[in-house]
Order: sequence, then C-alpha cells, then structure tokens
Amino acid sequence: MKRNDKASRNARNGWLLSTPALLVLFVAATGPLVIVVLYSFLEKGDYSGVRWIFSGEAWFRILFERDIFDGTVSLADANLSIIWRSIKLSFMTTVITFVLGLPTAWFIATRSPASRAFWLFLITIPFWTNLLIRTFAIMEVLRNQGLLNTFLIHYGLIDTPLQILYTDTAVLIGMAYVYLPLMVLPLFAAIDRFDFKLIEAGYDLYASRMNILRHVILPIIKPGIVAGCILTFIPSLGAYVTPRILGGGKNMMIGNFIELQFGQGQNWPLGAALSTVLLVIVLGSLVLYTRISSRRAG
Amino acid sequence: MSVTNGFAVVARNVGKTYGEGKSAVTALGNVSLEIRKGEFFTLLGPSGCGKTSLLRCIAGFETPTSGAILLSGRDITYDPPNSRPINTVFQSYALFPHLTVAQNVGFGLKMQGKPKAEIASATARVLALVKLEAFADRLPQQMSGGQQQRVALARALAPAPEVLLLDEPLSALDLKLRKEMQGELKRLQIETGITFIFVTHDQEEALTMSDRIGIMSAGDLLQVGPPREIYNNPVNRFVADFIGETNFLTAEVRNNVVRIGAGHEFAVPLNGRQGTITLAIRPEQVSLGPAGTGLPAKVVEATYLGTDTHYTVALQDDSRLTARIQSNTTASLEVGDQVGLMIDPNAIRVLEA
Ligand SMILES: Nc1ncnc2c1ncn2[C@@H]1O[C@H](COP(=O)(O)OP(=O)(O)OP(=O)(O)O)[C@@H](O)[C@H]1O
Ligand SMILES: [Mg+2]
Repeated sequence: MKRNDKASRNARNGWLLSTPALLVLFVAATGPLVIVVLYSFLEKGDYSGVRWIFSGEAWFRILFERDIFDGTVSLADANLSIIWRSIKLSFMTTVITFVLGLPTAWFIATRSPASRAFWLFLITIPFWTNLLIRTFAIMEVLRNQGLLNTFLIHYGLIDTPLQILYTDTAVLIGMAYVYLPLMVLPLFAAIDRFDFKLIEAGYDLYASRMNILRHVILPIIKPGIVAGCILTFIPSLGAYVTPRILGGGKNMMIGNFIELQFGQGQNWPLGAALSTVLLVIVLGSLVLYTRISSRRAG
Repeated sequence: MSVTNGFAVVARNVGKTYGEGKSAVTALGNVSLEIRKGEFFTLLGPSGCGKTSLLRCIAGFETPTSGAILLSGRDITYDPPNSRPINTVFQSYALFPHLTVAQNVGFGLKMQGKPKAEIASATARVLALVKLEAFADRLPQQMSGGQQQRVALARALAPAPEVLLLDEPLSALDLKLRKEMQGELKRLQIETGITFIFVTHDQEEALTMSDRIGIMSAGDLLQVGPPREIYNNPVNRFVADFIGETNFLTAEVRNNVVRIGAGHEFAVPLNGRQGTITLAIRPEQVSLGPAGTGLPAKVVEATYLGTDTHYTVALQDDSRLTARIQSNTTASLEVGDQVGLMIDPNAIRVLEA
C-alpha cells in the first residue's frame, strides 16, 4: 500500500517536473498552427496583415473566383492548378527518387563495410551543402548555354539548345536531386537489415527474379520504402527554393504561392488558408502512408 | 540407354573453386557420387570439407567449376535453381518474415502458378504432415525454433520436389528437440518417398538416420556406403577416426602374423601386407579380463558414462587403448588395476597407413 502511494507520488512528481518542457513543446507546436488557422478566417488588411473581422473570403477564394465586373462566380482554376501541380510534382519526385534510390541503396548495402561508409558519405555530401548553392549548380547544368546543352550540341545530338530551365522538368530534376538522399538513407537502412538468404529461398522455390522482387524484397523492405516516400513527398510538397529558382516564377508550387500571398499579394488570410490546405494534404498523405504500411502483405 | 536413370542425383567429377589466382579456394576436388531414388543420403565430414558447396551445386546456387550434375539422368549443371525440382531446407530456415506459416508453405506452389484451390489443399496436407495445422495463420517470428524448423521443412516439401536438400537443419536445436526431429525427418522421408540429401557433421546423426553415408574430407569423397559398412569397414584412418571412436595401434607383420605389444600375436586377414601396419579397433570390441588371461595391461583412466564405462589401458610398450565395457557386466575396475586385454581378431581392421 505504502509503496504504491510512493510510486504514484513519484509518477506525479515526474509529471510535474516535465510540465515546463511539455508546455514549451505544446505552445511551440500548436501556437503557430492556431495562428495560421485563425488568420485564414479573418479579413485581409489594406496593405498587409489582417483585420480582426471574421471572414470566409480566403477559403472561398481558394476554390472560386468572382468576376470583377459582373460578380459571377467560377472555379479558381489558377489556384487549383497550382495545388494540383504541387501534388503531381511531389508525387513524381517521390517516384523518381524511389526508382533511382532503390538500386543505389541496394548497391551501397551490398558493398563491403569499408566501401559502404565511402558511398554513404558521397550520398550525404549534398546534405552539408547549402540548398541555394546546389540549386544554382543545377541551373548552371540545365540552362541553354549550360553544361548539358553544350555537351549535347557538341556531340551533334541536337542543333538548338533544349529549353529545360524554367520548366516542370527542371523543377523535377532539381527536387529529385535535392531529396534523393532522404530516399536512399531509409532504403539503405532497410536493405541493410534484409536477410539475403531469403532471395535464395525464393529462387529455390521457383520464383522468377521479378517475383522475388515483388513477393520477397519489396514487402520486406516496405517500412524503409514508406519512410523514404514520406521523407521525400512531404518536403517536396512544401518546396520553395527549388521551384522558385528552376521554375522561374511562372511554374509555381504551393510554397511559392503561399509566399506570394504574404509578400507581394498582401493577402495574409489567403496565404494562411493555403498553408492550412498544405497541412491537410500532408496529414492526409501521412494517414494514407500509415494505412498502407500497416496493411499486411498478401 | 544411360545407366544413370536409376539415380536421383549424379555428380560426375564435380570440382568447385571459389575465386581466382592467389585467393582461389578449392572447395571440391573431384567428387563423383550417385544417389539413389528415394534414399536418405547423408554427407558427413568435418567443417570446411565442402559439404555445403556440393549441396549448393546440386541446388543450383553455385555452378561447378568442372564436372556435371545430373537429375534423373538429365544434365542440370547450368539450370537455375528455380527450374530444378529440388528444394532446400536452409540451416537458418530463411522463412519469409512477412508471410504467415501457410503463405510460406504455399510460396513454391504459388510461384509455380498453381491454382489457388490446389495451393490451399497442398498447404493443408503438408502442414498436417509436420503437425502444424494449428499454426497456419501465425507469423514465423511468433514460433519457436523447432516449429520454425518444421515450417521450413513443410515449405520445401509442399511443391513435392524430386530431391530435398537439408544443410545441417538440426544444428540450431537443443539435444532433445534434435533427437525428436531426427525421428520426424526419417518418418517424413519414408512417408513422402522423396530423396533426401542431408548434411551434418554429427556422426551419430548420420549413422542413425541414413540409408547411405558419404564421408567427405578436404573437398573429396572418401567412402560411400551404408552406416554399418562404414562403421565396420572404414577405408582409411580418417574415416575410422571420424565415424565412432577408434583405437589405432601400430603393429608389426611377421610371417603373416600380426604382433602387438610385447610379442602378442593375432591372426588377422592381411591380404599380403608386410612390415608396419595400422590396426583399427573399436572400443566396444575390446574386453577386459582378470590379469593373466590376455595381453597384460594396466588401467590408467576410468570414465563412468552410465550404461557404459570407458577404460583407458596401457599395454606393456605403453601404447594405449580404450575399452568400452557395459557398466553392469563386470565388477568395476580401478585406476592402477592390472587386467588382461582381449580383442576379437575378426573385429580388427587393417588400415592402409
Ligand atoms: N562463397 C565462397 N567463397 C570463397 N570460399 C568459399 C565460399 N564458400 C565456401 N568457401 C570455402 O570452401 C570450403 C568448403 O566450404 P563449405 O561451406 O562447402 O564447407 P562445409 O563442409 O559446408 O563446412 P561446414 O560444416 O562448416 O558448414 C571452405 O574452405 C570455405 O572456406
Ligand atoms: Mg556447411
């Protein structure tokens, strides 16, 4: 009895002691979120900021637009297409990094421990380099008089430079490059734990190479795949620097669009509403991923 | 037309060398072996002698550097594992961790593209064979080592292969479970009629389970035969030493008579051998009597083993022999006792070296 009392008192004291930390964590995590959601329901200020009057205008404007002259309402194609493009580009980035990352991770995981450290180091070098510098480097490669075009023209493969820079392709290449390590590392961790005897077991039990990949390797390294996809998809969705520099301002993603509202657009509530949309998409995809990853493979 | 048709697996002059140049390791020298249909064949040998390498050549995981492997008379040397009707029970089990027991067992049939109903019925039948019906929906990691072992066995048996390869499948089990599984394996082999090629470095396991045993050493096959024959007629000192315990005695042949110790003579079939020879004598074929009855000897060590007692005795020329005597047949002897040693001449084997 007495011991129990003491134990529960200890537990209570433990809670008390961690309260300040929990409080800071709670406020820091939810505070900005609350502000963002709150602002999305306010009226926009004259130049910037908000007026403290409730308004659903920002949310309305995400989906619809009102004609300035006759006030007719139509779907806000521009906004929707930016959101859609963001999802599409992020999804494609995830697919590209996966297709490139899986063999890379496999390659590294099957090296000797010594050379493995070297390859992992190579993969993580970009991590230690400033994102802006990396993105400008890609720009240097892709631009009309850049490395790629010069090379292709020199060897007579094309006559006129390919316009890659300031297109979706450039954004995709840039994002795939930036997020590749985030895909490779969790995949590597999963493959490193994979028991290669299982491949022999599958091969022994009449499985073709394709079936071994489908029925043995992929299901077993799935946690790594899911982690890699989350780590790639979610930051891609909110990417700002890469689409800004390589997309040239025309090909906006949702991150750039949000920035526009808080900056030049001087529409904080719309920016806040868009941020909330981004958050919902992120949470939605997280839920989807966990669903997929907890389902037992058949 | 081929004489190999009665055999399940034939290895013809199989050699296997790993690596090249300086770092080359020869795992198999020149192995020729014929394994009969439906037999329980055991490859026995010390660690590193090439048992796994030979098995992997038969399974198709390794390609022999030279020679050929035939399955029912057909050359399969270069066939990939997934086209050979040969399945393997891996030492580490290698069960698919993401699949249930039933899915593991059905894997081979699924990959062969068998219809669902057939897979289900075959899986149920094989699970019943290894007494794991109740575990069909468990994941491998939710089972004990012995149960996982049975799943591995069931998985390899389900596609009804012509040959089953088992590479030290029992080495991870404790002694009691191991004995139980030995009986189980033998029963399964008889019930299914599948040819089993079993690898072990446990000679007792080999002797109790096998129809025939192949003894390997340093990449070569030294002797092939039924357990009794290998035990009673080992071809050389290595085999005699490896299978069971053996006393080796150096002896002189003079006038077709073998002498051991200080002048004791034995009539042993010699096939015309002369000079110094090695005799192999099993401990259970040495008996001890009262002093003065046979070869004079002195007990130097006594080890009580329950049913049997092992006595190490020294002869007059100080060569030593071990005798295995049933504990209850004689009054127990003490270290230092003088005894008379008797050997059944028919149980003495003369070895090459
Ligand atoms: N993949 C390989 N590469 C290089 N050498 C190998 C390889 N596999 C086996 N060897 C070598 O070949 C020889 C035979 O090995 P093998 O695994 O066939 O022996 P084993 O009889 O199965 O031994 P154990 O009882 O320890 O399992 C050994 O010297 C081993 O080091
Ligand atoms: Mg081995």
